[in-house]
Amino acid sequence: MQRILLDHGSGGRASLRLINELFLRHFGNAILESLDDAACLELNGRVAMSTDTFTVDPLIFPGGDIGSLAVHGTINDVAMLGGDPKYLSCGFIIEEGLELSLLERIVASMAQAAELAGVSIVTGDTKVVPRGAADKLFINTTGLGSISVANPPGGARAAEGDAVLISGSVGDHGLTIMSSREGLEFETPVQSDSAALHWLIKRLLDELPEVHVLRDPTRGGLATTLNEIAAQSAGEVYINEEAIPVKPEVREGCSFLGLDPLYLANEGKLLCILPEELSDRALEIMRQDPVGREAAIIGGIVSGRRAGRVVLQTRIGGQRLLTMLEGEQLPRIC
Amino acid sequence: MEQGHAFQDPTICRGLLARIEAELDAPCAFMEVCGTHTVAIFQSGLRSMLPAGLRHVSGPGCPVCVTPAGEIEAGLQLADMDQVMVATFGDMLRVPGAGGRTLKEAQAEGASVTICYSPLEALKLAQRYPEREVVFLGVGFETTAPTVAAAVKQAEALGLDNFSVFSCHKLIPPALAHLLRSGEVRVEAFILPGHVSTVIGTAPYAFLAEELGVPAVVAGFEPADILQALLAIIRMRKAKRPRVHNAYGRAVHEGGNPKARAVMNQVFEVVGSTWRGLGFIPDSGLVLSEEYAAFDAGRRFGLEAATVADPPGCKCGEVLKGLAAPRECRLFGTICTPASPVGPCMVSSEGSCAAHYKYGLDES
Repeated sequence: MQRILLDHGSGGRASLRLINELFLRHFGNAILESLDDAACLELNGRVAMSTDTFTVDPLIFPGGDIGSLAVHGTINDVAMLGGDPKYLSCGFIIEEGLELSLLERIVASMAQAAELAGVSIVTGDTKVVPRGAADKLFINTTGLGSISVANPPGGARAAEGDAVLISGSVGDHGLTIMSSREGLEFETPVQSDSAALHWLIKRLLDELPEVHVLRDPTRGGLATTLNEIAAQSAGEVYINEEAIPVKPEVREGCSFLGLDPLYLANEGKLLCILPEELSDRALEIMRQDPVGREAAIIGGIVSGRRAGRVVLQTRIGGQRLLTMLEGEQLPRIC
Repeated sequence: MEQGHAFQDPTICRGLLARIEAELDAPCAFMEVCGTHTVAIFQSGLRSMLPAGLRHVSGPGCPVCVTPAGEIEAGLQLADMDQVMVATFGDMLRVPGAGGRTLKEAQAEGASVTICYSPLEALKLAQRYPEREVVFLGVGFETTAPTVAAAVKQAEALGLDNFSVFSCHKLIPPALAHLLRSGEVRVEAFILPGHVSTVIGTAPYAFLAEELGVPAVVAGFEPADILQALLAIIRMRKAKRPRVHNAYGRAVHEGGNPKARAVMNQVFEVVGSTWRGLGFIPDSGLVLSEEYAAFDAGRRFGLEAATVADPPGCKCGEVLKGLAAPRECRLFGTICTPASPVGPCMVSSEGSCAAHYKYGLDES
């Protein structure tokens, strides 16, 4: 079995072989193939830029892998600002001893995700660190895209009278990862929702440029992202628990593991906040897209007694605070 | 998976609430003694819907919360030993020891601390790493103690000599008796823990009604379960006929689970134990019995839980007894938060202060 050696990160011939035989072969495009120190890009007007580093364990999970996730995650961040993602950089930090076939599988998956999303990986870097200095493989991606809307969405624009929409079920990715981790011995049919959302966003913004906020509820989940938006805006966010889509298998898995789906990461969902009168149309647009088929209106922005907080109307009709995730969600005991 | 959908039904819940409102003829403070109930009452929004005369008081219901700093200190000492792998339930990682250090911090400093869902996973760790000593920090009430006991018996059967348990197990009925007999606690009714009762049944609570005249109902964890229990409490109070009633028949048998108790009684013996916030309570803890002394991590590593005073300014003792509301503590939400808890009630996600912090709207 071929493995990554420290030689592959030396900058010498072994590195060059890895670049040519692996990265160029899968990512190949004219900009990357120039092999100069930097990529030469064409972008017009205002540009959205975002970077993210992926350290997921396990590297391959139901519904995706660290490679496709690294492409989707950064594309989505660029798109949330109204950017049309076009270029990606990628940096690999590889632990000595990683199986070459595993790396190739992940690189191929990245290439496929980028191609399907219509973005090019135009520059990259590889470092190999001694065994134990990193956990198998970390990937950083940075994305760039031109912003076409005049007034890009932003958390501070959430205003009283707005509706809050989610593009689909929450908790799928987080529960998939939790249950794939070694030691939990818990099986569920749940799959990660990892997906690129930029086309959905483009259709949404093309027709409804009045959208106030777009945000993907990744780490910390829906609850944490709503709190971030509430803190940025001057309103109180009001959410109807019954309206939040949660897959039955996610609800059951969470109940079994003592987790709350509202705090679990999503990698293919977006929150959209816009004036209430546009919400029905926004919902239609979302539902026409495969990644938004289960979209729902889940609440609104009200002038509350206290701005900056999120209040949840529970399934049985009570009310409670919905706070930010405190630390890591840990399995509870009894 | 529990078949609890009907017990979450909004229409059923509204109906029960209407009956509670109609039948409540005198103010009543009720205490729940299980952390899962604490969270259920807040998380479902039930607390915001209760009529004003029905006051909810959270009792000492979370085994992690009541684990004293001295026992955490012993766990930290174990984690710091080179050859030891500590395995325990997730919530234990955030509980501060005497100096404020947690197992999570010990883990960051290089100690081997593994989160388990079951003591049997710790047993597997011991099999996988024969050169290491795997110590399970056993925390929990009568619900978890039998599974820990079963793991010890299995370790014996497998001839595993690198597995041991540091028992911090506590028993619910002696703590209830202690709270009520102290005369300090002013609650008129109890919602009894569903999980614990699956093991011990209802007989150990009989003294609540017979001796102390307090109605008590074993309840499940869905909103309608809790509302049904409250309705039963109100009716018993109205009729002046306090009883211990089982309203969780789909999980709890009156006689509990004799097999689980037999395993627990074989592996453990009852001793006096210190509870965080409540102090020493006679006959309220479990340690490994003489027969299973070989699996006692305390003896194997020469450890004893030291007595450590509760932190100054913390009102958890009063909160656990229902004498103070979490927000009446001046540390609440300022110095004491779920991220850096001072007292037991903020430590675990199932603690009453943590629940108030996380879910409570503007309540004073």
